[in-house]
Formats: sequence, C-alpha cells, structure tokens
Amino acid sequence: MRHHKLALCAEHYGEWFVAQTERAIEKYRMFSRDERVLVAVSGGKDSLALWDALLRLGYHADGLYIALGINDPIPYSDASLEKTRKFVDSGEWRVAKDDAPLAPRPTLYIVDIPAAYGKTIPEIARAKMRGQGRPCAACGLTKRYVMNRLALEKGYTVLATGHNLDDEIAVLFQNTLRWQTGYLARQAPVLPASREGLVKKVKPFCRFYERETATYALARSIDYIYDECPHAGGNLTNFYKTLLNQLETESPGSKLSFYLEFLRARGEGAFEQFNRVEELHACELCGQPTSAPERCAFCRMWNVSRIVE
Amino acid sequence: MRITYRDKQYETKPNITARDAIKKLGLDPESVLVVVNGKLTTDDVVLREGDEVKLVAVVSGG
Repeated sequence: MRHHKLALCAEHYGEWFVAQTERAIEKYRMFSRDERVLVAVSGGKDSLALWDALLRLGYHADGLYIALGINDPIPYSDASLEKTRKFVDSGEWRVAKDDAPLAPRPTLYIVDIPAAYGKTIPEIARAKMRGQGRPCAACGLTKRYVMNRLALEKGYTVLATGHNLDDEIAVLFQNTLRWQTGYLARQAPVLPASREGLVKKVKPFCRFYERETATYALARSIDYIYDECPHAGGNLTNFYKTLLNQLETESPGSKLSFYLEFLRARGEGAFEQFNRVEELHACELCGQPTSAPERCAFCRMWNVSRIVE
Repeated sequence: MRITYRDKQYETKPNITARDAIKKLGLDPESVLVVVNGKLTTDDVVLREGDEVKLVAVVSGG
C-alpha cells in the first residue's frame, strides 16, 4: 500500500483491514453494536467483504440481495446470487476478530425483481425508455427503493453499502467537474435518516481503495463475482476511475487526499448553503417518502406497489 | 512467460517485475492485483520463467 507506506502479509493485512473498518464506523459514528444493520450485497468483492468484516467484528449484520434479472449476454445476476448464497453457506465469516463473539448465521433476504414486478431491469428500462439506452438509471432507482423499503419493513435502523474510496471519488470528481453543489453538499460517509420513512445509510469502506477491498476478499478466499455488470462497460464512472488511477500511479495518496480534503471542507461548511432540505411526503401508492407530487418515481416506473421476500 | 488477465493469455519475457509486466501489457498497476503461482503478492516481485501469473482486475461488479 504505497499511499500508507505499509506492506503486510495476508494474515496481518486482514487484521489491519478489519480494524480500519471499525475505525471508520466509530469515526463517522455510523452505528453502534446495539443496532441491526442490513448490508446490501451484490455478490461482488466490496459488499461480501463488508458483510464478512462486520460479522467478524461481531455486529448484527444481515444481507439483502436484489435479483435484477441481468442475464444477457452473460448470466450476471444468477452467478452473483450464487456467489452470495455460497458466502453465507461457507461459514467463512465465522472466524471472529480477537474477542468478538462468533456471529450467528446471518439472514439473507432476496428480492426477485422480475418475479415481483414482471420485468427484468433491462426490460423495464427499455419499456419506459429510461437512461438513454442504458438500464443503469432504472437499476439505481429500483435498488435504492427496495433497500430502503425492506430495511424499514424488517426493522433495520442502518443500511450499509460497500461503496469504496474509488466509487466515492469517481462521483466526487464528476460532481466537481460539473459543480453540482447540491450533490457535493450531500455526499458523505453517513446519510442520516433525515425523516420518517428513510433509513440511515452508511459506507464503512469509504476510505478503502478499491484494490484494498479486492485484496481483502482474495486474502480471505471470498469467492466473489469477478465480472463487471455487462451494462457497466464504457460508463462514465469507470472512465473517471481510470483517470484517477493514472493520477494515483504518478502520485501515490492522491485519491485518498482528494476525498479526505473534500470531507474536511464539507465538514467546515463549504457546501452547507447548497444543502437544501427537500420537502418530502408519502407516496400515495406505497407510502415511501418522495418529492414528487403524487406517486414516487419507483411506483411511476413500475406502476405497482408490492415487495416479496 | 504467460500471464492471464480477464480470461485472456498474454506472453511476456521473464525476469522483470510484475509492475513492469503490467505496464508492458498497457495496464495501469493500480487497476490489477498480482497472483503468482496461486499466491497474492505485491507488484515488485520478479517474475521467473515457469511462474503462473494471474492479474485480477480490481474493478468488478457494477
């Protein structure tokens, strides 16, 4: 890890990684040991590594997998669900850190979008002509909605996602290039439950480089999906990640300092004036918070309001 | 010497560091992890003839 001027063997790397995860949870006051955490899992390295680290730390952490029906041209969704199930069945997460108690077998919730709503994500994106030929907008909207709703319905106070530093700075870079001050004001390791109906969202891996989460997953022999989503090729986020990696190669530590200095400026109120509080009300169909006048964006897109386990 | 990356195989000369090999393939060292003979390693390791080298893309999922 050039940016930390640190070299560790696999065993000590795992210990360092888990300790750093706990440090981030405490530093940003993400959640306490009494809270029930729902981890959004995708079968990828970040989310499975996060679930693994939280269980090793002794947190009450269950998982939510959203089956999106992305199986063309490769069986991406089916394979990622299989990896997620395999992780739970493997019991790898049972190796606790230090004195943390062994976690009981966690619950895995599976929400099957095509079974519940009748269409896959690519199908609904085409049908509604959302996202200019890409299903990413429909996918993001669906995932955000289902994650929040299921967390609330099942009584979780915290929703944890595996966003890493590279994810965060790619968004930060994009928002800075366009001076999207409203988005800059709201980008943070913790998004509080600002009103009834919204669950708190946290990103415990926000300070880890993407290669650090991948290293942890490999060192822990977590079997994750190596493939990228077939719709991710050529997207802007990956382009910005490539640019920022070039910068990091020439100047180790640049990515971390970009993010940490942004958080410092944000903490000092640099974007506070742009943090407008949106007026929200309950969707007339599903009851979820929305800024739209009648139905929320999810209900408008899917035109249904039900959820399955 | 053979290097595997995203299910494709590439040939390169031995006795160079993994970091140099990665650059020769036109990849950014930040974007891959190095696995030599099944073991995760740092990119300053010198690759020898007969080593089984796999580069794991850091970016995955979506």
